[in-house]
Amino acid sequence: MTVGTSGSTDSEGRGADGDPAASPGGGGRQSLRDRLNRWDVRYSPYLYIAPFFVIFAIVGLFPLLYTSYVSLFDWSLVADDPVFIGLDNYVALMGDARFWQAMVNTISIFILSTAPQLAMALLFAVLLDAHLRARTLFRVGLLLPYVASLVALGIIFGNLFNSEYGLINGLLGLVGIDPINWHSDRFASHVAIASMVNWRWAGYNALIILAAMQAIPRDLYEAATVDGAGRWRRFVSVTLPMLRPTMIFVVITATVGGLQIFTEPKLFAVVPGSNNGGSTGQFQTVTLFMYQQGFENFDLGYASATAWVLFLVIVIFALINFWLTRRISSTEGPR
Amino acid sequence: MLALPIGLTAALTLSACGGGGEDGDIELVVATFNEMGYEELLEEYEEANPGITVTHRKTGAAESHHQSLFTRINAGSGLADVEAVEEGYMAQAMEASGRFNDLAEIGPDDVSPDRWLDWKYEAGVTPDGKLIGYGTDIGPLAMCYRADLLEDAGLPSDPAEVGELFATWDSYFAAGDEFVAANQDSAWFDTGAQVFNAMHNQLETGYYDTDSNVVIESNTAIKDNWDQVVAAVEGGQSAGLEAFSPAWDTSFGDDAFATKTCPPWMLGQIEGLAGEDKVWRVAEGFPEGGGNWGGTWLTVPTQSDHPEEAAALAAWLTAPEQQTRAFVASGPFPSQVEALESDELLALTNEYFDVETGALYAEQAAAVGPAQFKGPRDGQIQTNVLTPALTSVEEGTASPDEAWDAVVSGAENLAG
Repeated sequence: MTVGTSGSTDSEGRGADGDPAASPGGGGRQSLRDRLNRWDVRYSPYLYIAPFFVIFAIVGLFPLLYTSYVSLFDWSLVADDPVFIGLDNYVALMGDARFWQAMVNTISIFILSTAPQLAMALLFAVLLDAHLRARTLFRVGLLLPYVASLVALGIIFGNLFNSEYGLINGLLGLVGIDPINWHSDRFASHVAIASMVNWRWAGYNALIILAAMQAIPRDLYEAATVDGAGRWRRFVSVTLPMLRPTMIFVVITATVGGLQIFTEPKLFAVVPGSNNGGSTGQFQTVTLFMYQQGFENFDLGYASATAWVLFLVIVIFALINFWLTRRISSTEGPR
Repeated sequence: MLALPIGLTAALTLSACGGGGEDGDIELVVATFNEMGYEELLEEYEEANPGITVTHRKTGAAESHHQSLFTRINAGSGLADVEAVEEGYMAQAMEASGRFNDLAEIGPDDVSPDRWLDWKYEAGVTPDGKLIGYGTDIGPLAMCYRADLLEDAGLPSDPAEVGELFATWDSYFAAGDEFVAANQDSAWFDTGAQVFNAMHNQLETGYYDTDSNVVIESNTAIKDNWDQVVAAVEGGQSAGLEAFSPAWDTSFGDDAFATKTCPPWMLGQIEGLAGEDKVWRVAEGFPEGGGNWGGTWLTVPTQSDHPEEAAALAAWLTAPEQQTRAFVASGPFPSQVEALESDELLALTNEYFDVETGALYAEQAAAVGPAQFKGPRDGQIQTNVLTPALTSVEEGTASPDEAWDAVVSGAENLAG
């Protein structure tokens, strides 16, 4: 294929060059083709993957570096001259009770959402792996929450968890449980937000896990059956270890997404458009805090410092999870 | 793709034939949010001013409009020639006053301060005397109330008789106590924050002194208002519904509370939310005189390539005649003295509230005191510090003292 490409450019080049210069260029052209061929083999692959890295450099790397630069300034969105203040933003952030509260909220919501979400995803995948009628229908059904508009979901969940007029408190009332103040109680608000996240992402992850499950060679199961392994044993000793790479992927993406959670708590706010995360910030997440600093208080330097601290926290969590996932599945892995 | 060459030739032919004073087409962009009632007016302006085309950039919500406004100020490009700025964001526009033209300088000569109500004009002027915005609309406050609930509680309920209940904040809260004692199922007002904000805006000095220092702790009037509202909350007068939340929306059709601070733009909202069988009325008068909630200015950023033409358009749009028509079209209440005296406005009645709303609110607008100086983070202190703190008292998640401490430290954090 590469040869064909370079050949066609070469023939076009010859046509364009025309006859006048044909005789002196004869030998040179041969070596030019060789050289082009060599370049093609050596450099073309880089060219093919270049678009990603060029775009990443523009929309990923540059903002990342520029954010670290901005974080060293007292940079207001409306002021003319940002003042260089070194690490003062970071120092202030470390002493900001609101930031730490937001960090605790984020981790709490993250744990409440990621663990049940992945367990549910695995369960759904196992169920869908069975021989069902209208399998495609069910698989598509799983993806529906993910496709639905997040804003619509926010409004629906906001109403479900409404303390005064909400459906969930109404149902709890039927079984004699006192109404829960979903928006003002800190833990209850985390549960409500986590349920939104779980509802949305469990099906999505289930499909990824299902795809990996179906790629497991069936003869492994046959061999296990012959060896006398039951259903549960096959699942634990064959399915889980074979799913390990996929589980690592799913866990890491869930970690990154979970710690950056923004839309759900923003939409869960009682007053539309509020970035406060409840009256005392009881469900304000770090990303929401960052957004508020940057685009409501116009303090870009402080928001950038927050962004960097969050970035580091995510890296740490991703590494921990990577390590955990590897360990957990490899202890029970095949020999 | 095709439109461009055609447009170009058209422009070339026009300027070639023109020969008079105009040197080609001028395109002006007007950026507004919500409903400002300018659609027809802008078309008319184009017709009356050949050589000028006006593009209307309209955003639904104030929040996103102002976010993009200030982001574009920071970026140094992308702003419209005429940008609307709402009351809550005016302090931040003042902070960036270098990015806006002085309209007193570049605007048409026939526009003088006496076009507007004094306090509205003053609120568009920076501390160093630069006029950065022509006032469009205002939100003079009146008190809306449920006539049927007041009657049930044995209080006067006729618009002419409720005046004394709403004469001062003391009488208002006293009536609240009486109401709550007589009617255990309903609260007196929707949320403490709404009442507090109205009281706060009547103060001469607010969260800031005129040198932009936060004075929450030393300005004892703020703490007095706070104490009054918190006492009312603890006495059961508040329904504890955060304004504009879904529960608040629903509550208008319920018997959740009996009174509501009420600028003219709230009337339509109440009518829509309450439904036919709830008897909402609006009282002639407001505790301690008048107050204002809401309103917008038209600014001309320095980014504009045609500042003088933009200022002329903004001046035309904010002239009494045009603002009266905008009011009739979409309801933003005019801030121009002549518009407030116009027959068209005074004759306006509201069937649902059974009152001459035009005349009533024109009177309330005249009762508003001098403009309070708004410091750089005024809006954020109100929405992100004071309102949540009062909410936390209503929710019972913080004691009044804890909440007040949160107000003081939160405001200093924001300003620092």
